[in-house]
Amino acid sequence: MTKNGPIALAFHTLFIIFILAPLVVVCLVAFTSKGYLSLPTDGFSLRWFRAILDNPDFIDAFWLSIYIGLASATIALGLSVPASLAVARYRFPGRGGLTAFFLSPLMVPHIVLGVSFLRFLTAIGWNGTFIGLVLCHVIIIMPYSLRLVLASVTGMDRSAETAAISLGASSWVTFRRITLPLILPGIAGGWVLAFITSFDELTMTIFVASPSTTTLPVRMFQHITETIDPLISSLSAVIIFITVIFMLLLDRLYGLDKILVGQGR
Amino acid sequence: MAEDTARSRILPPYLLSAPALLLYLGLFMAPLVMTLMLSFNSFDFYKGILPGFGFGNYLEVVTDEYFHEVFLRTFGISLAVTLLCALLGTPEAYILHRMRNPWKSLFMLAILGPLLISVVVRTLGWALLIGDSGVLNEALLGAGLIDEPIHLIFTTTGVIIALVHVLIPFMVLSVWASLQKLDPAVEQAGLSLGASQFTVLRRIVVPQVMPGILSGCLIVFALTASAFATPAILGGRRIKVVATTAYDEYLNTLNWPLGAAIAVLLLIANVIIIATYNKVIEKKYAQAFQ
Repeated sequence: MTKNGPIALAFHTLFIIFILAPLVVVCLVAFTSKGYLSLPTDGFSLRWFRAILDNPDFIDAFWLSIYIGLASATIALGLSVPASLAVARYRFPGRGGLTAFFLSPLMVPHIVLGVSFLRFLTAIGWNGTFIGLVLCHVIIIMPYSLRLVLASVTGMDRSAETAAISLGASSWVTFRRITLPLILPGIAGGWVLAFITSFDELTMTIFVASPSTTTLPVRMFQHITETIDPLISSLSAVIIFITVIFMLLLDRLYGLDKILVGQGR
Repeated sequence: MAEDTARSRILPPYLLSAPALLLYLGLFMAPLVMTLMLSFNSFDFYKGILPGFGFGNYLEVVTDEYFHEVFLRTFGISLAVTLLCALLGTPEAYILHRMRNPWKSLFMLAILGPLLISVVVRTLGWALLIGDSGVLNEALLGAGLIDEPIHLIFTTTGVIIALVHVLIPFMVLSVWASLQKLDPAVEQAGLSLGASQFTVLRRIVVPQVMPGILSGCLIVFALTASAFATPAILGGRRIKVVATTAYDEYLNTLNWPLGAAIAVLLLIANVIIIATYNKVIEKKYAQAFQ
């Protein structure tokens, strides 16, 4: 394999600057000591981080997003594991169609899901409720978690299972003691990816959130469309920080490139 | 397999997938069908949504100049973003492919990581960078390179730049995945037979990663066409795209049937793009996957 030439490396440097510049700028502006948007030229200040704490609606929105993420990721995984086992282990009529159907929310733009969920939840009187939001998030994150769990079920070595069953273990014990530990990396990776996807979701949620169930991305979007101030920068810096921790976790668990291949389809 | 037949009596596949299937039918198919039906209803500013069946909303979208402009603009932005992503993302994926660890994994993390960061945050970064008194303009003015700030925010160019940033990781990822299948020996053979680096790229590398480039284009195009947050924040009130128009109809004008018609058209366009592209890729590169 030949090495990258100087032109290639120059292109690469510019590319990386392009990718990181907006995120770096957000983090820098967050540390400004001024009352308006500016780079922290005369010393770093934490005043805008303290200001987050004085805005309870951001804090509430943050916790709501966390709860929705926890609930929807857990439900999505609870549904993905049996569905993956069914699709990966059995040959039955409609198997291919079922897999495609489970992955199909990826093909529907979030804006379309948003208007559809709004119509549906209004019809059944669940609009703006916590349970309604969680279930809508489950539909959006299911394909991501399903794909990771499916990959780990398909790639699993089944000889340990065969051994357990031949030694007289019941199918439930085999599942709990053999299968589950073996596919745990896929489940964990799927859960973290599902959680982040739910935590970041804006376009669909903006339709079904009510003033009392406003998630963090929706609250931030509403704030940005009215005014852009250092407060929103410091909040974004906190989110970048949290996401980077999750990202490193995912990378350790599963490898970021493997998780993201085909995402968004 | 023996254990499968034994187990299938206890846990048949239909039973295992039933919970997910029920949720999908109730909360995914039903809302989509309801939206389709809603798009045939009509709307009155005083009486609200009127039941009935008609193609009035679709007719309005097809005949109204305003919607022509919105759909054409969305298409143009999607095309520009897709081309830019392909032109910038493909060489970057190749450069990454030729790097060694730890640099390779480090830069991979830097490029893919932003995908997990909220689009709102990434778009905010661009608003801070390209605003009229943003970082970019301040720096250029300070360096004396320009006399007046470059106006990018609330322009189509600004929206395109930010969307390229948001979506280019998908392109890099897609091309990078197909580069993994590339046999380095073929490149070496080309070079040792006297081909220039450029010829090797053009005749050996690019044709082999074409499926990756095309599927990357497909993802980027589909996601740009339905992008909401970035055009809403950086496009302001003037640069309307399909997604922001549907949003306006739903939450500002409250004309849900018209918004539903726009959403249905967007969904149909999305499905058609994905289906045709898949077909073209399958047909053209059928031998490559064997």
